[in-house]
Amino acid sequence: MVLAERENLLAAGHRACPGCGAAIALRQILRALGRDTIVVSATGCVETFTSPYGMSAWEVPWIHSLFENSASVASGVHAALEFLREKSSVVVISGDGGTFDIGMGAMSGMFERKQNITYICYDNEAYMNTGVQGSSATPYGSSTTTTPAGKASFGKIQPKKDMPAIALAHDVDYVATASIAYPQDLMKKVAKTKEIYGPKYIQVHTPCTIGWGFDSSKTVEVGKLAVETGLVPIYEVEKGKPMVVKKVKNKKPVEEYLRFQTRFRHLLKEEQKDIANQIQAICDKNIERFGI
Amino acid sequence: MIGAVCKAAGSLQYKTGTWRDNRPEVTDKCNGCGICETFCPDSCITIENKKCIIDYDYCKGCGICANECVRKAIVMREERK
Repeated sequence: MVLAERENLLAAGHRACPGCGAAIALRQILRALGRDTIVVSATGCVETFTSPYGMSAWEVPWIHSLFENSASVASGVHAALEFLREKSSVVVISGDGGTFDIGMGAMSGMFERKQNITYICYDNEAYMNTGVQGSSATPYGSSTTTTPAGKASFGKIQPKKDMPAIALAHDVDYVATASIAYPQDLMKKVAKTKEIYGPKYIQVHTPCTIGWGFDSSKTVEVGKLAVETGLVPIYEVEKGKPMVVKKVKNKKPVEEYLRFQTRFRHLLKEEQKDIANQIQAICDKNIERFGI
Repeated sequence: MIGAVCKAAGSLQYKTGTWRDNRPEVTDKCNGCGICETFCPDSCITIENKKCIIDYDYCKGCGICANECVRKAIVMREERK
């Protein structure tokens, strides 16, 4: 599959924060999908920063309805296309809040109906556009406004929900995780979905400079560290084929990743050492489980 | 239910360049590899004749291009308006 070189389908002038990881993901995803695409978005950062009235940044057809029903709207778009006998890629682009929490039921229904829809979740690990509230994608130990770190708490006490495994449990045709730090890998995976008929799920790790607390120039660097420590495994599972995992040669201790971000910095104190160790244990488990 | 439709790429009328306080400048070391273009969140870098060209009307000055450039061909300069 040859990717259209440097085609840009997200116009400048959108209102994402400087250094936004989700905006990088969006550009790469649209580049891989091409013009013949209809995008459905749930409420979230991407919906907010691309669509002030009259100032849409999209150069492909795009529709937004509610927070919870992006997958259902996509099902409707797909049904209409089938009725008209027209072919176009139908793609959902939702945040982790719209995927892991609020839209999970609708997404499950879409997977069950086995429609030809790609569901892409840009995972910035909290509700960022409303002011960094924790979601079920927020990782263990992370401080958000609803899971604040302080004297009584070390941050979020629950681990991150394993959404790709839930997607896999629906026996969907293609499940993959990716990161904006590895654009060729991400674009290859997105392009692959165009050749598979059936529901597909891709989860893209997108660092958030405001919510995670790092300098706006470091977005890609943080994304790389997340993968290099083993905290975010990058893999793809195509139906009937063995799982392909992105290997990391020189694994880094998770402390390097934690140190980078204010949401984790409290874990570097002596009294929070066990929590940092537990996050390292999550990385080690991932490395063993996926063979990173 | 209320619906609304608007034209594509209307966002171009909103110049996000006014947000910037650090300005990326391209030096002679640039060979137009395109890494900055891939990672620019604001769609304001194009590659022409093996050189990267930054659209200062929209660049928000995040600095990702300078940070990711392998040849260190982009430098960030403070900009006061």
